[in-house]
Amino acid sequence: MGTFITLTRRELAGHFLSFRGYVILAGVQFLLGLSLLLIVDALNNRPFDLPITEKFPSTGLFWLVLLLVTPVITMRTFAREKSTGTFETLMTTPVSDLQVVLAKFSGAFGFYLLTFLPMAAFPFILKHYAAVFPEVDAGPVASTFLGIALIGSFFIALGCFASSLTRSQIVAAMASFTLGTGIFMVGLLGEISPPTDTPLYAALRYISVLEHMKDFSSGIIDTRHIVFYLSLTAVFLFLTCQVIGSRRWK
Amino acid sequence: MADDTHDIPAPKPMIEVENLTKLYGNRPAIRDVSFTVGRGEIVGFLGPNGAGKSTTMRILAGFLAATGGTVRVAGHDVADASREVRRRVGFMPENNPLHSDMRVREYLKFRARLKGLGRQASRDRVDEVIEQFDLTDAARQMIGELSKGYRQRVGLADALVHEPAVIILDEPTIGLDPHQVRTVRQCIKQLAENHTVLISSHILPEVEVTCTKLMIFHEGRVVAADTPANLERTLGGQQRITVELEAEPGVLETAWEEMAEVEHYRITPAEGRYQRCRLTPRDGLDLRPEIAALARTRDWPLRELTRDRHTLEDIFVHITRKDED
Repeated sequence: MGTFITLTRRELAGHFLSFRGYVILAGVQFLLGLSLLLIVDALNNRPFDLPITEKFPSTGLFWLVLLLVTPVITMRTFAREKSTGTFETLMTTPVSDLQVVLAKFSGAFGFYLLTFLPMAAFPFILKHYAAVFPEVDAGPVASTFLGIALIGSFFIALGCFASSLTRSQIVAAMASFTLGTGIFMVGLLGEISPPTDTPLYAALRYISVLEHMKDFSSGIIDTRHIVFYLSLTAVFLFLTCQVIGSRRWK
Repeated sequence: MADDTHDIPAPKPMIEVENLTKLYGNRPAIRDVSFTVGRGEIVGFLGPNGAGKSTTMRILAGFLAATGGTVRVAGHDVADASREVRRRVGFMPENNPLHSDMRVREYLKFRARLKGLGRQASRDRVDEVIEQFDLTDAARQMIGELSKGYRQRVGLADALVHEPAVIILDEPTIGLDPHQVRTVRQCIKQLAENHTVLISSHILPEVEVTCTKLMIFHEGRVVAADTPANLERTLGGQQRITVELEAEPGVLETAWEEMAEVEHYRITPAEGRYQRCRLTPRDGLDLRPEIAALARTRDWPLRELTRDRHTLEDIFVHITRKDED
């Protein structure tokens, strides 16, 4: 456990010790700020009585953050250590593959969550400046954050997996971006295709990240979604472990 | 953990390697390598790039798994008890990779913690290795800003921080200037007092001076293993002696004829009234003291007395060429 904490702390610190980390933070804040602007604009033009959080994913900027930023956060996890050679010094200490994979994941995931932290102020900003402001429930806000965390954990795990496959950070970022966008597109397909009764359509809806986020942002916490993301995260972390362990294959 | 250096009886070798083989795909990187290393030995792995030195070291350090054969370090099998082995091995890979975005002390503490030292123990050990490798001035500097000599010392300090029984250093002096090479070499010599050390190099004089035993790798095999002196003797062939003396050629001729250890000689005039003699001693003996004594008793002015040492370089070329034939 001590080793895991040492490693995770190092991973998290690594994000703040590079210029890249601050570029990510600035970029995410810009996009999130923009989404706040769009929400305010929507409120001004067409007052609605839905939970305000539901507007958040529909601005589309969250998806931009998810698809663009998670690969950039995760690309360094393994690829960088492999290219600099520190992967070798790391793996010749008495740490287990699982500890390393979990620590890398936790570090990246922690940084991902931190980039969303300023968003917690959004309801208060709206409340403070809006003349007439619809009630903000703590519930939908919390479930929106839960959605951000769960979907993010899957994308971060995906990115770690991609990073473990290569020693080039660019290749890692492109691979996880492609995989992530592919999954997003499947969801989008479900969104834009006309509703039918076919099992294919049902399946599309079931794995649609857009659909899931819609639920989370409207305050619905569906255990199916939670299981879906946790198990996908676990699968990709398991695969990452296998890739890391593959150097010991005979 | 600290006292595991005592739980193995002394005669048992520290490293036992049997029929080690590693294939990368179908290409063998090492083929059927066997050797043992005793406690306190400094063993040098010699060979050109791609001869299998690094692969062997990576397997010993628990980074790679072998395709065949067994490796035991301090009695633990690297395949079955990899973590036990890694606890006892300090490994510095080729090119000494370090986290350039960390400070020296911070990095060493991080490494000590990874290697299982407690909070206080790691603090103490980091202070000790910083002292030992003369890093006090650099302790607060970013690793990325350090000179190569300092980086190398940080790497050595890291390899040693958890007091491992075995230290494996892959090309520890590559890319250093002669002064830094000397410092690193001295560090390595010091280590041998309490540790078993493996170092690899493709620069022969480098390992010749530091190692008690040399292993020459060629195309994935160990083609020779012995002490540097023995290797030189058995493989180096005869070593000639060059003398320049001021004496009559005829007198010198009889003198060399009388000396039983001289197998063959040749006298050529040198500038001045000196004669240049090339002597081939029997069995590679070193006749220089005898020749110096002779010159003194006969009152011959002596201006050169040297022995062409067959360097390991020659040995190496000799062995590897023979292998190719």
